[in-house]
Amino acid sequence: MSRILAWLPIIMLAAPAFAQRGEGGPTGFNMIGLWSGMYHEDELERTDPGPPPGDYTGFPLNEAGLYHADSWHADLVSVMEHQCIPHNAPYSMRGPANLSIHAETDPSNGRLLAYIIDGTFGGASRTIWMDGRSHPSKFAAHTWAGFSTGEWHGDTLKVVTSHIKAGYLRRNGITYNDNATLVEFFDLHDKYLTVTTLTYDPIYLTEPLLRTETFVWNPYQPMGAPHAYGATCQPAPEIPRPYGWVPHHLPGTNTVVTGFSEAYGIPFAATRGGAETMFPEYRKKLKTMTIPPQQVFLNKFKREHEGPDGQAKEAGK
Amino acid sequence: MRILLCLFAATTAFAQTPMEVLHARGNVYMFASDSGNVTVQIGEHRDNDGVLMVDTGTAQMAEPILAALKKLTSKQLKYVVNTSADLDHAGGNDIISSTGGTRTAEGRGPLAAEVNIYAQDNTLTRLSAPELHIPEKGLPTMSYEQLKDFTFNGEAVQLISEAPAHTDGDSIVFFRGSNVISAGEIFSTVTYPMIDLARGGSIQGEVKALNHLLELTVPEISQEGGTMVIPGHGRLCDEADVTEYRDMVTIVRDRVADLIEKGKTLDEAKAARVTRDYDGRYSQPKWTGDMFVEAIYKSLKQGKQK
Repeated sequence: MSRILAWLPIIMLAAPAFAQRGEGGPTGFNMIGLWSGMYHEDELERTDPGPPPGDYTGFPLNEAGLYHADSWHADLVSVMEHQCIPHNAPYSMRGPANLSIHAETDPSNGRLLAYIIDGTFGGASRTIWMDGRSHPSKFAAHTWAGFSTGEWHGDTLKVVTSHIKAGYLRRNGITYNDNATLVEFFDLHDKYLTVTTLTYDPIYLTEPLLRTETFVWNPYQPMGAPHAYGATCQPAPEIPRPYGWVPHHLPGTNTVVTGFSEAYGIPFAATRGGAETMFPEYRKKLKTMTIPPQQVFLNKFKREHEGPDGQAKEAGK
Repeated sequence: MRILLCLFAATTAFAQTPMEVLHARGNVYMFASDSGNVTVQIGEHRDNDGVLMVDTGTAQMAEPILAALKKLTSKQLKYVVNTSADLDHAGGNDIISSTGGTRTAEGRGPLAAEVNIYAQDNTLTRLSAPELHIPEKGLPTMSYEQLKDFTFNGEAVQLISEAPAHTDGDSIVFFRGSNVISAGEIFSTVTYPMIDLARGGSIQGEVKALNHLLELTVPEISQEGGTMVIPGHGRLCDEADVTEYRDMVTIVRDRVADLIEKGKTLDEAKAARVTRDYDGRYSQPKWTGDMFVEAIYKSLKQGKQK
């Protein structure tokens, strides 16, 4: 008994400290810190210059989603109301994102209220509520970051996000609707933070879109003000346009969507997305298709091996 | 036919749904339900304050609206604005205006209603149609053609005609101090805009009205927040949401115009299914993508004939 009493003060002191581990959850890890984005997954679409028009590979698009993607016009980003749009929640982890994750705690008891994720492009910082609150009503406003709640499942933080504004899943016309929901899983592997995202949009997708992004712990990472871009971005009419101009391709007139197929030597049908194209069995079908010449590699070969007159370059020149 | 169209929204609204009160911004609240939205401005200002209500919902919504209002304030209802003559926007005029103070005693207010009811000229005309059987105290007491503005609850309030868009009597209400716009039927987050040709609606006017909304709204940061917009139906919005809707309406309008340019008939235009990418989001049994295409087709044809 006396032994227990002797240990009691230490236990009592330790209890709040353990509770504060709520910052990492009952069994979860501590997310707080600086995390640098790694772009080795789907790098070509995530960094500049971004995805080429017509590259719908990897998306379980349905007819409506495909029709909509084909109507997208790259000039849309020059429309005043589109110029300062930040990356939305389903995309923000894929864009340039050096994250700063910190915690919001209840000052009265130190309990974790929310994780705040700063650093996503355009300043739509994420708030992941960890206090068990419910999602707002269907009449509440939507934001680019959406409304997120999280809970620990062992060492995985599961985050569910609703109330997201309509936006892009890939920056070439593949979009989701504003009633889409996002489910994310945050996992730690050594010093790597992996975010697995599932985007549910039954209007444009036949099944959830699954993607992953990885960040590396980097305590030396410099951080700018998270909302500086969003606060100072001022839309400007860069090119005179008619009043109310909304650029888009009329059905059947989009001639740039074939460019990706031609550039990379991928059968056009295989670039159109759809669940079928995402499974290994599709490779059998691919073998029956005509493979167009790979213009990107042909052009590269010409640059490296041919002179302007089409003659082979001499060695060493 | 006109009555049928006028009753269109009202018939969709009869299902009683719980009413939610959301604070939009500043003095302005959104009374939201599946039947439609009501905008309420409440404030305190010496000698000129009380409640201003934009739209009164259906007659069935009147009691829930009044109950929700009572929880918010004991201030008197002094103004009602009808953004259109639809009975899901003006159907509660009669009941709700009865709760206001009598303004006739000092000779300052209109004789017909116990509160001032404002509407665009054509909305007054349509609500006054005998076949609607709207009691006198439910009719607008004052109307305007383009603009009416006044100060209430310490902020400038602008009633701006956007007609013709949904009908020839549409208005929006801009609460300049609170930075909130009540958009009426020209903006919805649940369905395509209903272009009611029989009551003077116009697709070109609808697009123009949405662009005007975008001129008035100013985002706060990262293209969100700032001016809040209360749609006729659906959730609380801001400029980015209006942009999404404006883009959709413009794109569908352009697709139908292209079919007309190519000499397609109405049936052929419908068969082209040019709303297929938006139907999952905006097509409703009472106002489908096909109906929207038909309204656009006829509206554009009418415009060419003029």
